[in-house]
Amino acid sequence: MLEFLENLGKTTRSSFAKLGRGTFFLAHTLTGIGDVLPRPNLLLKQMYSVGVLSFLIITISGLFVGMVLGLQGFNILSDFGAEESLGVMVAASLVRELGPVVSALLFAGRAGSALTAEIGLMKATEQLSGMEMMAVDPIKRIISPRFLAGFISMPLLASLFSAIGVMGGYLVGVGMLGVDDGAFWSQMQANIDFQEDIINGVIKSVVFGFVVSWIALFEGYDAIPTSEGVSRATTRTVVNSAFSILGLDFILTALMFGDI
Amino acid sequence: MANSASSDNNIVSVRNLSFSRGPRKIFDDVSLDIQRGKITAIMGPSGTGKTTLLKLIGGQLTPDAGQIHVDGQNVHRLKTADLYTLRKRMGMLFQSGALLTDMNVYDNVAFPLREHTRLPESMIRSLVLMKLHAVGLRGARDLMPNELSGGMARRVALARAIALDPLMIMYDEPFTGQDPISMGALVHLIKSLNATLGLTSIIVSHDVEETAAIADYIYVLSEGKIVGQGTPRQLEQSDSEWVQQFMNGNADGPVHFHYPAADYLDDLLASQ
Amino acid sequence: MQHSKTQDTLVGLFVACGIAALFYMALQISNLGSYTGNDSYTIIARFQNSGGLKVKSPVSLAGVRIGQVASISLDKESHESVVEMRIESKYDNLPIDSGASIYTAGLLGEQYISIDPGSSEEFLKDKSKLDITSSAIVLEEMIGKFMLNKAEGK
Repeated sequence: MLEFLENLGKTTRSSFAKLGRGTFFLAHTLTGIGDVLPRPNLLLKQMYSVGVLSFLIITISGLFVGMVLGLQGFNILSDFGAEESLGVMVAASLVRELGPVVSALLFAGRAGSALTAEIGLMKATEQLSGMEMMAVDPIKRIISPRFLAGFISMPLLASLFSAIGVMGGYLVGVGMLGVDDGAFWSQMQANIDFQEDIINGVIKSVVFGFVVSWIALFEGYDAIPTSEGVSRATTRTVVNSAFSILGLDFILTALMFGDI
Repeated sequence: MANSASSDNNIVSVRNLSFSRGPRKIFDDVSLDIQRGKITAIMGPSGTGKTTLLKLIGGQLTPDAGQIHVDGQNVHRLKTADLYTLRKRMGMLFQSGALLTDMNVYDNVAFPLREHTRLPESMIRSLVLMKLHAVGLRGARDLMPNELSGGMARRVALARAIALDPLMIMYDEPFTGQDPISMGALVHLIKSLNATLGLTSIIVSHDVEETAAIADYIYVLSEGKIVGQGTPRQLEQSDSEWVQQFMNGNADGPVHFHYPAADYLDDLLASQ
Repeated sequence: MQHSKTQDTLVGLFVACGIAALFYMALQISNLGSYTGNDSYTIIARFQNSGGLKVKSPVSLAGVRIGQVASISLDKESHESVVEMRIESKYDNLPIDSGASIYTAGLLGEQYISIDPGSSEEFLKDKSKLDITSSAIVLEEMIGKFMLNKAEGK
């Protein structure tokens, strides 16, 4: 029993220490962003590997999620004779919740884990150390561009997810299940508010982008420089990102939509 | 550029250095000098902290006590910007080469030039090709690091390390795991860079034969202290048992063959 | 440092797609196309029972949407529901003797306010009050009435 408490204390202390390191890391990364802007090449390369390469998984997932929403939504709404509201249902679910959250989770799994592995490997092969010895700040040169790329890509990917999802819902609802074309769009347009729903959804994805990029890059930077250490760091990225995304989603949703 | 503590002859001057990692004392009141223009070797068994010493000299780690002066400047008192300026004048060759894996050989060698100078690409090209030629790999400039053998990777890393024409170069275990030919090439390079450019070299190694062949002065470290120092000839004739065991590669001596254990017979009979 | 023209183009395409998706969401999915904005004025109506009317429920005239409900509150003295509506400024010729009724759109009970235009030459301005109102129809009352009529008819 005593040992358990002792371990709990140690874990808590080391968690706080890690959070502290992570915060300093974040501060250093943010100051490095200024150095990235005059060198767009660095940013572009990262946006390619983080954004463009996630494009496929995001759009395909968005399409499927939208289609499933169309199917399930139709099922439920037809019990109330309210099939015409399918458009609202699909759009609201996607724009407010599923778009930002699911795309953030997918992003963490695909791009986040890749970032962690890349940085962890650079640490293990002494590339980061080597850069320091060559008088180049590895955080400004390597980490900041990747952070900025993730931060910019996330809202774009979430918007893509939602937009394609709505199209998927349209395909299933109007195309396959016979919901009225006009009703689908008009109810949606009447009830989805730009500021309340879309902007809030974008804000969510911006927050998620910030947090996921931070976690992914820090876990790689902090990893133990062995192959086992790097693989564990990759796992931690995905897990910690998932927790953070879902937790933040609750807080943001309560703040944004709680009053309506 | 203050002419404070060290004499002009010593590019690096370590005084009363103490450094611990956790409970282990890696350096215990160690003092040594690296002379300008010479090849100095730091030798000792694996794990004595030789790489740590290089990191301390380069300012990546901070000592618990003592001072390190490089070219007259106290490394750990410098502000970050000044430390970075100092590092540009120090070259370091890591054990694995530490090439950046997402660029080819040419870009790797050009990296310090592109980051720290505003030279036009045409000038950079000339410099890169010269450095690559010096290490014999000018023809390999378009290869990616993962296409190079270990020895070639180290030579590219060497070309990169001398790209900015530094004051001195630190070699971290350059001979470890090399086949005789690569080893020979590297030894030749270190010697010729030192001879032609007057490039002060610090070699950290446990390969006695190769190192002793080219070093001008050797420090032997063990358990956080210097147990021997001198020219290779002096060490050969040293009466320290420890140095003799190390230099000759004897299996048993002051560093025992058997890990501390109970009496052999007692151990065998105990299970019965 | 090594990245090709192709990569750059793809990044550009990616960003363009993302922004296009945002625009799509703004125009096609949301009400930005017909957003009321700040060009609107307020009129107030009191109802005995505003039923299932919600904030942002539409306000229409002759079936055309001219605004939305801004707030619904209870007048503690008169026990009436006080409904504030924001009407788009371009519809500035509503007679002051117009009436407001709460109707139900569709079977699922989404309620809205319909304005019956009066015949006065004077028009409603900001903070004007509508005097003629007709409350929401509550389903139970309707059924009750229906049952009563049926019973009497027999």
